Amino acid sequence: MIIARILGTVVSTQKDERLQGKKLLIVKPINLDGSDQSGYVVAVDTVGAGFHEKVIIVGGSSARMAEGNKDCPVDSAIIGVIDTIDFT
Amino acid sequence: MQIARVIGTVVSTIKNKTLEGRKFLIVQTLDADLNARGKPMVALDAVGAGEGELVFWCRGKEASFPFKRDETPTDCTIIGIIDSDAHVFQK
Repeated sequence: MIIARILGTVVSTQKDERLQGKKLLIVKPINLDGSDQSGYVVAVDTVGAGFHEKVIIVGGSSARMAEGNKDCPVDSAIIGVIDTIDFT
Repeated sequence: MQIARVIGTVVSTIKNKTLEGRKFLIVQTLDADLNARGKPMVALDAVGAGEGELVFWCRGKEASFPFKRDETPTDCTIIGIIDSDAHVFQK
């Protein structure tokens, strides 16, 4: 799992029917100190995250195991909003 | 599976319902000589590991298997604690 920051949203009308009602967000992976990494990911939101919040992203087939994503064509999901990060 | 050092924790109150009661830790993956390799990752704890400990973790869909029969969305899970640094052998 990686830490990321929410950058923006994606709006899509014509999509797989199993994605109906799901919120798609653009997230940017970040380092532990908060600095940006390269690239971005489009992830399905399962927790109701908002702009600029730090979140935890799960990738691969595990993303389907999040509540609400069962049998959905999803390989990246937001599964938690981060309160604090503590590291040495 | 990879050897890693637990270097921190992540606290999250609002999270997917399937993750309630689970602990997030930050792990730094190590090479066979126990030097840091790559970027730190967030891992879910399945064995009760703590900060500073040497552990090994599992990636991919299999990472959710320790929590069966629950379906747990994790792609990186700590599945074992290594007794000490001296318990990593290579010839």
